[in-house]
Amino acid sequence: MSEVFISGIVVFVLAAFVGLEVIAKVPPTLHTPLMSGANAISGITLVGAIIVAAATGGAGTGGTLATVLGFLAVTAATINVVGGFLVTDRMLEMFKKKPGRQP
Amino acid sequence: MTELAYLGAAVLFILGLKQMGSPRTARRGNTLAAIGMFVATLTVLISLTKPSWTVIVAGLVVGSTIGAVLALRVQMTEMPELVAAFNGFGGISSMLVALVALLQTRALWDNETGVTVMLSIVIGAVTFTGSFVAYGKLKGLISGRPISLPGGKVLNATIATAIVILIVVGVTGDATWPYWGAVGLAAVIGVLGVLPIGGADMPVVISLLNSLSGVAASTAGFVIGNDALIIGGALVGAAGMILTLQMGKAMNRTLANVLFSGFGAISSAGVGDGEEKPVNRATPDDVAIALAYAQSVLIVPGYGLAVAQAQHVTKKLATLLEDKGIDVGYAIHPVAGRMPGHMNVLLAEADVPYDQLYDLDQSNPMFQQTDVVLIVGANDVVNPSARDDSTSPIYGMPILEVDRAQTVVVVKRSLSPGFAGIDNPLFYMDSTMMLFSDAKAALENVIKSLEDL
Repeated sequence: MSEVFISGIVVFVLAAFVGLEVIAKVPPTLHTPLMSGANAISGITLVGAIIVAAATGGAGTGGTLATVLGFLAVTAATINVVGGFLVTDRMLEMFKKKPGRQP
Repeated sequence: MTELAYLGAAVLFILGLKQMGSPRTARRGNTLAAIGMFVATLTVLISLTKPSWTVIVAGLVVGSTIGAVLALRVQMTEMPELVAAFNGFGGISSMLVALVALLQTRALWDNETGVTVMLSIVIGAVTFTGSFVAYGKLKGLISGRPISLPGGKVLNATIATAIVILIVVGVTGDATWPYWGAVGLAAVIGVLGVLPIGGADMPVVISLLNSLSGVAASTAGFVIGNDALIIGGALVGAAGMILTLQMGKAMNRTLANVLFSGFGAISSAGVGDGEEKPVNRATPDDVAIALAYAQSVLIVPGYGLAVAQAQHVTKKLATLLEDKGIDVGYAIHPVAGRMPGHMNVLLAEADVPYDQLYDLDQSNPMFQQTDVVLIVGANDVVNPSARDDSTSPIYGMPILEVDRAQTVVVVKRSLSPGFAGIDNPLFYMDSTMMLFSDAKAALENVIKSLEDL
């Protein structure tokens, strides 16, 4: 196996454990915003979409089909990112404590 | 430099997720994660040499517009559908990244790259079609009842085997057709996998698809050798998996059980044998009187509240009771609604402070000292047979033990069983009052009666 691939697996496993640790104790109240926020983060695939889309449109770059699919990849990822963060913010804006009652 | 900037973005994701664990810091956490995404996007744009800007900019503009419109227009009751749709967009994007890579660089791949491309395609496609079937079910475009296909399991197993064969052929050979074949078959698996799952199991399904959309992003990261994707995707994959397991636990069901058994299909047998049992029918006046003379009231919201958009009128009623000096709280089951935490969002929308919301463990010891429990559109999560009747299909599922309260008021459209299709003994108890009506209309009438008292 190539070194790049192995270091990729190392990064993946470590990040997954960080994810488990960070999320494990989130109260049920926040499950919906957490999910939609996490969903927006999975839109990081946008970076990949931009990289592959950048290389389309010329000779030897996958042809028209690649251009179309690249465009769709960027579009779908952007919907996920922009929509996800915006709607999460909309939700969290509504979460308030009872006025006057301090912790 | 580029790598360091991606690392910075990943750190912002982690800090953001961490802060999203507490109501006070959650909004800032979301902003941090969004900044991380901005950093990552800016970094990749700067790093490009001679890119085809038209494609990228067009995608960014179109995607931002659609995303913003969807996010700003959505009703809070429709959140589960929207999250399902966003999951789907994330999944298809990861799949497309792999496909474009296939068109561009196939000749240069080693075996590992071939495998990650296949995984990215398969997971992405399953997430995409699965999410949109879930979307259709939540939106009511497809029946929420489990749709079981004859020979479904055999069919699924056959397709899964075919996918494995395609992966082997595609990775070891030179042809690209196995990759395209995998797109089609994985898409079919996504549809067949979610179709048989009943509406009551949607919280589990949405969580699982959320997790898959993260894993898909990670595999796309392997395809193009980018750590930002691998880390971001792994974080989401882990987060989604935790929620999936928690939801499964809240329903006393394993993930395999949710995925591979059409729930409503087995349990509907129990319905219909108790049609003639007497119930205490109550009028809005009766309910108003019961509430007015209570000292403590716990409201149990369920999906019916969401459907009727009754969160605001519920809050209005609660305020009215609080003004009379009555202690009011909300008891929320983890799987109330159609996605984890859905009820909390609806009540937050209606300005209910989050410290009045109690989860399962907090509320169960409270019921015994509660004068009136007001159940608005909830059913299975308060069904005592989950605790008492070992023959019940939902036996063992943790419930809100509302039957321990002095008086139980159930606001419900009819006696019809809930999503799980199981009769509820709670409705026939002496201490239970049934107010048959749409949740919103019922509560409005109760408020009117209270004001006239």
